[in-house]
Amino acid sequence: MSQMPQQAALPKCPSCAEPVEPGDLFCGACGYDLSVVPEPPQDHPTLTMNGASGDGVDWPAPEPDRSGAPQAPHLPADLPGTDSGGTPLPEHGPGTDPHGHGSAPQPAGSGVRFDRPAEPEEYPLQAPDPRVADNPGNTAAPEEPAQVCVACRAGRVDSDGYCENCGHAQPRERDHVERESGPVAAVSDRGLRHHRNEDAFAVGHTALPDGTPAALAIVCDGVSSATRPDDASTAASQAAGDALLAALPRGTHPQTALHEAIVAAAQAVNALAEEPATAREHAPHQNAPACTIVGTVVTSGLLVVGWVGDSRVYWVPDDRSAPAARLTEDDSWAAQMVAAGLMSEAEAYADERAHAITGWLGADAYELEPHTASFKPDRSGVVVVCTDGLWNYAETAEEMSEVVPADAAERPLHSARVLVGHALDGGGHDNVTVAVVPFPAPPQGAGSA
Amino acid sequence: MANFAKSHVPQFSMDVYQNEYLPEGGREVNAIVTVTSTGGGTVGSAAAPLYPRGQGPSAAVALMVDCSGSMDYPPTKMRNARDATAAAIDTLRDGTHFAVIGGTHVAKEVYPGGGRLAVADAATREQAKQALRRLSAGGGTAIGTWLRLADRLLNSADVTIRHGILLTDGRNEHESPEELRAALDACAGRFTCDARGVGTDWEVKEVTGIASALLGTADIVADPAGLAADFTQMMETAMGKEVADVSLRVWTPVGTTIRFVKQVAPTVEDLTARRTEAGPRAGDYPTGSWGDESRDYHLCVEVPAAGLGQEMLAARVSLVVPQADGSVQNLGAQGLVRAVWTDDMVASTSINPQVAHYTGQAELAQAIKQGLDLRKAGDFDGATAKLGRAVQLANASGNADTAKLLAKVVDVVDAATGTVRLKTKVAEADEMTLETRSTKTVRVKK
Repeated sequence: MSQMPQQAALPKCPSCAEPVEPGDLFCGACGYDLSVVPEPPQDHPTLTMNGASGDGVDWPAPEPDRSGAPQAPHLPADLPGTDSGGTPLPEHGPGTDPHGHGSAPQPAGSGVRFDRPAEPEEYPLQAPDPRVADNPGNTAAPEEPAQVCVACRAGRVDSDGYCENCGHAQPRERDHVERESGPVAAVSDRGLRHHRNEDAFAVGHTALPDGTPAALAIVCDGVSSATRPDDASTAASQAAGDALLAALPRGTHPQTALHEAIVAAAQAVNALAEEPATAREHAPHQNAPACTIVGTVVTSGLLVVGWVGDSRVYWVPDDRSAPAARLTEDDSWAAQMVAAGLMSEAEAYADERAHAITGWLGADAYELEPHTASFKPDRSGVVVVCTDGLWNYAETAEEMSEVVPADAAERPLHSARVLVGHALDGGGHDNVTVAVVPFPAPPQGAGSA
Repeated sequence: MANFAKSHVPQFSMDVYQNEYLPEGGREVNAIVTVTSTGGGTVGSAAAPLYPRGQGPSAAVALMVDCSGSMDYPPTKMRNARDATAAAIDTLRDGTHFAVIGGTHVAKEVYPGGGRLAVADAATREQAKQALRRLSAGGGTAIGTWLRLADRLLNSADVTIRHGILLTDGRNEHESPEELRAALDACAGRFTCDARGVGTDWEVKEVTGIASALLGTADIVADPAGLAADFTQMMETAMGKEVADVSLRVWTPVGTTIRFVKQVAPTVEDLTARRTEAGPRAGDYPTGSWGDESRDYHLCVEVPAAGLGQEMLAARVSLVVPQADGSVQNLGAQGLVRAVWTDDMVASTSINPQVAHYTGQAELAQAIKQGLDLRKAGDFDGATAKLGRAVQLANASGNADTAKLLAKVVDVVDAATGTVRLKTKVAEADEMTLETRSTKTVRVKK
């Protein structure tokens, strides 16, 4: 369903108005050389691994075929037999074809071009699921539509989250997370090189005792070399977010509240070290779960940041002629070298030890030193809270301000997606998590206008 | 936690030990699957026994005793075989079906006769022992005929466990190797069988081949006086079996190849070629019957390379038992073998200690076999190299039993480097013991 708008927006041949497909070099109807037409700039970033954009996308969805034409459907029923657990696979009769290919005429394959004028076909590429079309309530569907593997699109997904056909792990809920809370939005993505998302975040908004609004965002990056880093980041972000939402309405000063929230997060991570490792984890080395933390609290006049580790906060004013700034100082080897005057920034960050962190949350941390700082910006802007998965691709404040969209304060969720997309386009070597918080916090109910 | 709803089947559990991390482009996934069954049995079980004391699943046992002419040289051999068989009969649980077969170039029913099985009680035990006195040596050796008769008798009763115990003292001279092979193929999967060689005039490969094909144990009883204790122990193990015909079912996704499936503990047994297809992408590997015990399997699969950050299921391992109606009962336990591609070199280059240990144990068995073969063939340099490697492996992995046996065949100069000299004089019994027991492994020190 979510694919339909894309089809309506198919480009047309500039000569004969025949619809052309994205990969075509020549128009199939008139032979017009499409390469002379500049491709419209792709103004939408890579938002998710499946390339879909816009709200309401069913994520995860199978990657759309590049040619736009569906492949011959491989169905689980093509190969009768049992699943890996020994139970017979459910039969997929033609009427229960999950794609609806079986009951619709096959559209032209990817190697075929349209040599005739466009037919006024309502669904030129893919017929709708007959069950959905004929039976909007969809209550009489003969069986649950089997979840189909996103990797091979042939096998069912078993209860362990693996494909019954090709064995590939299916995207997990945490692979890509988007959340909005009042004026704050955050997006977290697994990236392209890691097998799971070890980042986590919390966003929230509340009101101070005087009725003025406050928004908060917490971002945590699990330390991969530790055991269960994903659990650590989840526990820390939850604990810190909950602590802030409890403390701020009581009138605790935001900076104190953030300090206490980081302490609460540290305790939550420490507690994990006592729990037994999850059954799936046969890690070669077992050590205490650990993560970084960075957070911000934004009120009508105050901007507070706090952190442990190398996740960062950037300040990007709406008026881009004003300078942007990085508001945190990494607990990292490189930052310490630079701070101590032992190396230049370029030298330090070129060293392979650059990203070794010197502060983290976890039972094996030497000493918990939460850093906090508060600012009173004299103009409006956005606060970007992120893990190194993003700032590796926009390290300086200037680079960050270039990739933050101009309307970031109005569309924080969109901006967070754009920033995640920037990291993925750059290679996505790490998990990416970005929270975007507008400053000053807009009054309650003012909406995003 | 005995599950009484599923009586007659002990509880199986499965643990997978592997390093799931592969480097970019990595394709080979190794895993050790430990299968443990508890809840039924006789020894070492914390769970409540499945059967009241002195009872068990219905079982049938056939005792095959070599009565060829050579059993009279020395005469103590026949006497000891008779005593050992009597001791085994005394170990039979009441209600167990049993038969005694005297084996020469033909198979004779010694007890009860008439193509039937006797049901063990005080009276039948006594009658069987009386019948044993009539056993006399004379004739040749055709083990295939003994096995075929045992198969006929064992399958005349409707029982859960079917087991054979075979004793021989000589080579299978009165039938061709093909005939024995055909008999083993016919019997495989129909009953399990332990095989013992008494004295030193038998062929190690024949006896281990029988045990391997029929999923039993093989051993040497060099001194006939030790037979009774060995037979008693074998029968006790047989009486402890709870469930027969268990298969290891391995499912692998499209595009993967199974390099091998090996049992690696308590002995090395390559099961790769014994796969029977069980639906798309799944195959069953026979493991025989189970009591209260634990075994380890080494699974090696080749998966299609995937990009960094990808994760896939390389194999799903479960246990199944065929049912009378042709379906299979899944025993519940299952293990997942995973593959995760990472650019973390530390993660992808480490070898799981269990996998490393059993890779070494399998190499140890191989080195002994090759070393002894080379020694027999007169290639003493090759034999020294192979047996030296075996000494090194046995030493490194803490396989003390095998190390002791090796020390009777070679003089160990330095175990750590595998420097050895072949002994000039080796007792035949020592060499045969080493060869027979070369596949015995020890478990990894935890």
